[in-house]
Amino acid sequence: MKDAQGYVTADGRQIGGVLMEMKNITLRFGGVVAINDISFDIREGEIRAIIGPNGAGKSSMLNIISGFYTPTEGEVFYKGEIRPQMKPYEVARMGVARTFQNIALFEGMTVLDNVMTGRLTHMNAGLFSQALWWGRARDEEMDNREHVERVIDFLEIQNIRKTPVGRLPYGLKKRVELARALAAEPSLLLLDEPMAGMNVEEKEDMSRFILDVNDEFGTTIALIEHDMGVVMDLSDRVVVMDYGKKIGDGTPDEVRGNQAVIDAYLGVAH
Amino acid sequence: MLYRTAGQFKTSYTADQALFPVRQDAVLLGVILLFAYVIFPLTASEFAYQTLLIPILIYALAAMGLNILTGYAGQLSLGTGAFMGVGAYACYKLITIFPWMNPVVAILLSGVFSAGVGVVFGIPSLRIKGFYLAIATLAAQFFLVWLFEKWAWLYNYNASGAIQVPNLEMFGVYVSGPQAGSTTQYYLVLGIVTLMTLLCINLTRGNLGRTWKATRDMDIAAELIGINLMKSKLIAFAVSSYVVGVAGALYVFMWKGAAEPNVFDIPLSFQVLFIAIIGGLGSILGNYLGAILIVGLPVVLNLVPAAVGLSISSATVEHLNVMIVGGLIIFFLIVEPHGLAQLWRLIREKLIIWPFPH
Repeated sequence: MKDAQGYVTADGRQIGGVLMEMKNITLRFGGVVAINDISFDIREGEIRAIIGPNGAGKSSMLNIISGFYTPTEGEVFYKGEIRPQMKPYEVARMGVARTFQNIALFEGMTVLDNVMTGRLTHMNAGLFSQALWWGRARDEEMDNREHVERVIDFLEIQNIRKTPVGRLPYGLKKRVELARALAAEPSLLLLDEPMAGMNVEEKEDMSRFILDVNDEFGTTIALIEHDMGVVMDLSDRVVVMDYGKKIGDGTPDEVRGNQAVIDAYLGVAH
Repeated sequence: MLYRTAGQFKTSYTADQALFPVRQDAVLLGVILLFAYVIFPLTASEFAYQTLLIPILIYALAAMGLNILTGYAGQLSLGTGAFMGVGAYACYKLITIFPWMNPVVAILLSGVFSAGVGVVFGIPSLRIKGFYLAIATLAAQFFLVWLFEKWAWLYNYNASGAIQVPNLEMFGVYVSGPQAGSTTQYYLVLGIVTLMTLLCINLTRGNLGRTWKATRDMDIAAELIGINLMKSKLIAFAVSSYVVGVAGALYVFMWKGAAEPNVFDIPLSFQVLFIAIIGGLGSILGNYLGAILIVGLPVVLNLVPAAVGLSISSATVEHLNVMIVGGLIIFFLIVEPHGLAQLWRLIREKLIIWPFPH
C-alpha cells in the first residue's frame, strides 16, 4: 500500500511524495532529553498526527518543524532538501503555518486584521507606497483582502470579521487562528491541539474544517491532539511518542494494535 | 440618529477599506478641517496661537510619533524629548550650513537624522522589552541631552549654548524667527501636521500597521507567522523617531524660536508620553485629544479664576494647575484606561444605534 511515490488512503485519497522528513532528531535542554533520535516523514496531502502522553515531546517536535527550536542533532528535510538553520519567520515564509496550543491571536486587532496578518508573507509593498496608500500597497491590500475573505467564508466567520478578537469566545478564537494560518496558503499546516478545551459540537465542527481544508486545498496537515477518537478518525498516519522516543508509527489501525502504545497510554505494572 | 450607518452599503473591498467607510465620519472631519484651516485663523488672537493652536498641533504630532512606537509596535520609550531635540538641532544645523534651503524641506529632512538616531537607540529592543527597554531609551534621553550641551558644533559655538532660530523666508514671507507672523507659522505647522497624520494613518492601517500590532500583541506568534521582528521593531523606531524629530524641529522653529538643551530633557518626554497615554495608545485621533487636554487645560485653569473675579496669585494658580492636571490624569486612567480615543469610540458606537439601546 505504501511506496516511495506515495500511497492511497483507506478512503481513496492519493497521497504524494515526502514533503518533510525528520531524520534522527534529538533535542536536549541541558541534561534533559526532550526528543531522542526520532525519524519520521510527512507526505504531501496527508493528515499526519503526532500523539503521546503529556510531556512526550510532541510540542517540542512541532516547534522544531516550525523552526522555533533548532534540533541538537539530526536534520530536517523539506521538499527533498536539507533545511539549514533558520529563523522561525524564514520557515514561515517557506510555507509552514501553524496554530498554537494556547491561542496566540493578536488580541488588540479585529478578526479581519488577524487573518490579514496571515498574508504578510505574500505582501511586500515598500514603506513609501504604504504611507501614501497608493500603487502597489493599495493593490496588494485589495488582492489579499479578497483572498482573506475566501478563507473567512470557508470557515464561516463572516459575521464576526470586524469584531476585536479579545471579545470572542474560545471556540471561535480557535477558528480564527486556523483562518490566520490558512490565509498564508501554507504547504504544511501545523495544528497544535486544535480541539483542546472544546465541547463535542465544536470538536465536530473543527474536525469537519480540518478535513475540508485538506480536501479542498490539498493542504498537508500535521496535528497534535489528545482526543483519540478525533485522531483515529481524521489522520492517515500517526506517530506515537513517549518520553521523547518514538514508540509507534503507522495507520490508526496499526497504532491502535501496537502493544508499546497501549502500554504507554494505559501504563504497565513495573 | 445623526450617526446612523444603516443604508450605507459597501459593494467592493476598496469601499470597505476606504479611509472613512462611514459617511458621517468624513463630514465630521470636514467640519474640523474647516475650523482648523479657515475659522481659527480668522478669529484667533496672538495669545490663542501661541498658547493653544500651535502647541497643540506640535504636541499632537510628537505624541503621534511616540504612539507609533509605543501604542502600535508596543515598544515603550522614554526618550521622546531627546529625539525631538535631535530633530531641532538637525534642522538648526541644516539651516545654518545651507542657508538657501527651503525651511519646510529642512524641517522634513531633519526628521531623517532623528530616525537614524532612533534606530541606533532602538537596537536594544531586539533583546529587551517592557520596562527594561524604557530604561534603555532613558539612556538615550540622558546621553543626547548631554551631547546637546557638550558638543559646541551643534549650536555653532555661540556663547549662550542655545540655538536661536534665524529669520527664514519662504516665497518672500518670513516663516520663522522673530519676524514671522503667527498665522503663517500656524498654517505651516497645520500643513505639515496634516500631511504627517495622513501618512501615519495609512501606515498604521496597512500591512506595516498589522506587522507592528502583531509584534505588540504577541511577539512569539508574530515571528512564527513570518514577521521579522528585528525589521518590524527597527522600522517602528525609524518611523516614530522621524515623526518625533519633525515635531521637535517644528517645536523650536515654528513655536519657541529658541531652545536650550534642557528643554529636551525628561519632562518633555513625560509630557508627550502623558498625551499619548491619556489620548489613547494605539490611536491616531487620541494624540489630538490628549494634546488638547494637556495643553489646553492649564490655559483654561489660568483664565477661569480671573474670569469669575477671583484674585489668586499666579504661583497658586501654577500649583493648582499641577494638582488638577495630575488628578485628571489619574481619573482618566481609572475611568478609561484606553484613553480619550476609546471614549470617543464608545460614544460613536452608541450614537450609531441611538436612540435604541442595542
